[in-house]
Amino acid sequence: MTDAVSLQGVTKQFGDVVAVRDLDLSIADGEFFSLLGPSGCGKTTTLRMIAGFEFPTSGSLLIHGNEMGLQPPNKRPINTVFQSYALFPHMTVEDNVGFGLHMKKRGSAEITDRVKRALDMVQLGHRAAAMPRQLSGGQQQRVALARALVNEPEVLLLDEPLGALDLKLRQAMQLELKDLQTRVGITFIYVTHDQDEALTMSDRIGVMNEGSLLQVGSPQEIYEHPTSRFVADFIGEINLLPAVVVDHETVRLRGNHLIAASTGAGSGESVTVAIRPERFELYDLDEPIPDGMNRIEGRVTRRIYHGDVFYYDVDTPAGLIEAKEENRPGIELYDIGEQTIAVWAPAATTVVRD
Amino acid sequence: MSISTGVRPKSPIERLLAANSWLVFLFFYAPILVLIGFSFNDNNNVGIWTEPSLRWYGAMLDNSDVVRAIRTSLIVAAVSTVVSTVLGTMAALALERFRFRGQRVYDGLVYLPIIIPDVTMAVMLLLFFAQGFRIIDSLIGWSPSFGIGTISLSHIAFSISFVAVVVRARLGQLDPSLEEAAADLYATRWQAFRRVTLPLILPGVLGGALLALTLSLDDVVVTSFVAGPGATTLPVYVFGLVRRGVTPLINAVSTAMLVASMILVGVSLVFQRTSTASPETES
Amino acid sequence: MADVMTDVEAVTPELEAAAERAESRRGVLLALPSGFYLVLFFAIPLVIVLVYSFASRSSTGLTQLRDWSLDAYQRLWDPLVGEIALRSLILAVATTAICLAVSYPFAYYIATRGPTMRNVLLVLVMIPFWSNFLVRTYAWRVLLGSDGPISQISQALGGEPIRVLFTNTAVLIGLVYGYLPFMVLPLYAALERMDWRLVEAARDLYADGWTAFRKVTWPLSRPGVIAGSILVFIPTLGAYVTPAILGGARTTLLGDYIVSQFLAARNQPFGSALSVTVMTVMLGATILYFRTGARSL
Repeated sequence: MTDAVSLQGVTKQFGDVVAVRDLDLSIADGEFFSLLGPSGCGKTTTLRMIAGFEFPTSGSLLIHGNEMGLQPPNKRPINTVFQSYALFPHMTVEDNVGFGLHMKKRGSAEITDRVKRALDMVQLGHRAAAMPRQLSGGQQQRVALARALVNEPEVLLLDEPLGALDLKLRQAMQLELKDLQTRVGITFIYVTHDQDEALTMSDRIGVMNEGSLLQVGSPQEIYEHPTSRFVADFIGEINLLPAVVVDHETVRLRGNHLIAASTGAGSGESVTVAIRPERFELYDLDEPIPDGMNRIEGRVTRRIYHGDVFYYDVDTPAGLIEAKEENRPGIELYDIGEQTIAVWAPAATTVVRD
Repeated sequence: MSISTGVRPKSPIERLLAANSWLVFLFFYAPILVLIGFSFNDNNNVGIWTEPSLRWYGAMLDNSDVVRAIRTSLIVAAVSTVVSTVLGTMAALALERFRFRGQRVYDGLVYLPIIIPDVTMAVMLLLFFAQGFRIIDSLIGWSPSFGIGTISLSHIAFSISFVAVVVRARLGQLDPSLEEAAADLYATRWQAFRRVTLPLILPGVLGGALLALTLSLDDVVVTSFVAGPGATTLPVYVFGLVRRGVTPLINAVSTAMLVASMILVGVSLVFQRTSTASPETES
Repeated sequence: MADVMTDVEAVTPELEAAAERAESRRGVLLALPSGFYLVLFFAIPLVIVLVYSFASRSSTGLTQLRDWSLDAYQRLWDPLVGEIALRSLILAVATTAICLAVSYPFAYYIATRGPTMRNVLLVLVMIPFWSNFLVRTYAWRVLLGSDGPISQISQALGGEPIRVLFTNTAVLIGLVYGYLPFMVLPLYAALERMDWRLVEAARDLYADGWTAFRKVTWPLSRPGVIAGSILVFIPTLGAYVTPAILGGARTTLLGDYIVSQFLAARNQPFGSALSVTVMTVMLGATILYFRTGARSL
């Protein structure tokens, strides 16, 4: 099956500024794909090129196998949900939703029918005659969604659509969107800077920084096995410790401390060791530690209560470690100044270069 | 944003400001009200009030010069408003929504007429037409003459810029993603303009048109230079009369002009307030 | 489903540039009608005036497009011209200053009212603004006449009939009256846009009312002051109608002086030189305004 969208060697330059650098990306049919990265990383520019609001400077942009790099947006079988919703303020909700169908010169009976179904799908059928300014942010966003989906596009593009909503609403909408996408079966390409959002909703995530695509993979792959320091740091919380490779299964941390990790790198190479805070377990100095685990001793310098977890800062020779322990009843707490041993599995130790 | 005055006791400064403001309003309106009052004066002598009468309004409408001047003013204003609004709106679109070589020069060209004083404009256009007519005469043996045509062309020339400024301001407030959304939803350039852009900039276009209309009806200097012997507009006619002395007839004509322009403004302001569905653009 | 487009190649910088050029062309097409019109009826006339300013004048007052010289510009150094220019300049500066002094408290007052009151007041300001300029100036001709209403009031109070008409004072009053709204509106816009919380912050930091005004409000409203000043200064420098109606023979100003060169005096080159000079001064003043970083009108 042809990919829904395929970018090959796509570059976008604005004068001297390279916004997107030699991007290779394939998005499969029916996939929920997120482009994730900080502001200015090029994810929005990439989305706009797929939509047709920008032309690539060079490269190939295929939609279901057809080269569309220089096609204007109104000739692409793609619809967009904008960050500001971009609802036409002078038209009613149903005129907004039916706009695309009008432009395609569909019959009025067909338009009325499809608009009604689209609005029902986002539970706004009862507001068809309202004006956009009379709706709440969440409602406007759903209208924008309906307006895009009613045209049955091959791909739906979403540009940080949940940014303006408050937390609870945002979380609810995330689930709704994911649900919708599964039901409708259209390919969704979703741009966001919020990694929780990307992790929650996506089938696959593409992490971008400074115009380049750094890693593409499922949420698990991205989270558990980041292939670069930036990706490791950007997703979730992480401990990054400088280290030197000893051999294919050992690295040396600062303070001359050896730990086990699979490296696949040459001896003597400088790398960074990445460990998620929740992978640490803190032990007393005299507590027995299971075999085969990495360990390092340190002093607790901070403890923060966070409702469901405790955060500990542990000062070790290899660097400052942040550990996260679940707040279970009866759990042993460590005080500031106490010595403890931080223990974690070699499998939870990711070695990244750069 | 304004500070709320709330229930704070009025400080002396507040009182002073308020007093100053009401004096200014008095200053604005007193002359107008006096003028209107005197136009109903029955007496020949302008300053002395006798009894109310509509005598001078009747005289005004009987005066064929006045009627002809009114007709010319209206025709010129209509032509000038329509043409300058269309051209000015296109200019605003070209400057705000596109990028092309020489755009900065074009920008300067469109904005320059705003800061040219009308005396200079009058001189420029007089010499231009005079010279142009001479050239045409030498080429084809016939020369066009000064009249309604030259007046209209001149009014358009100084109005385009004002329309462009007003429309451009309005365009600038428009969320650009609205037009992108239209394209995303399969609209061609023209459809997007007609269905989305135009309805949303319409208050600006109408504001610009009102401005062009006012400039045309207000103009004295440029018109008097390019009108030639045969044609005249109402303000130029009145101006000529005034220079020779104040008469009650002038009072009546002036009041009529004043009331007409005030009604025009009132109507358009009301229209603007009701039609501005505040196209909520991104802050 | 999309139309299948075969044999369309990938994008290259050349193709992208071509697409951008097509877009530019649409812009040029839109710009063309007004551009063409303004070149024909504005730019070319401007050039013609410039050309005429170097032309010569025959003894019968006809302009001759030969014997080019700087004679017209030499005449600018005439003491009479200097006198007229100075008078016009002083009048323009005085008008601007008075307008500013009167408008600032006025605009401040409006900007500090609640929203409904503000709208009402603004409409009340707009109405005279949009009314016919000639008529508003003429109203003062009626008011200031020696047998006009003000005169009658002063006589009734035991004084003399006023003799203000046809003096510089009358012209000043007329100009202030005519151009006051041009100062009020930009000032109001600047004050309304201001973040008044900054003033509150200043008060919170121990500034008294006057200091808060001096250090916060006034600097922040400066763009409005500059815009308003330009909008008043430029037209009043070249004013013609107001002095013609309210002024007298002794108060010749630039506007009338220029016009007379094209009527009675029949000295077009000199009139052109005057026009060019006045225009250059105004252009300079406007560029100054933009350079001081004020936001656009």
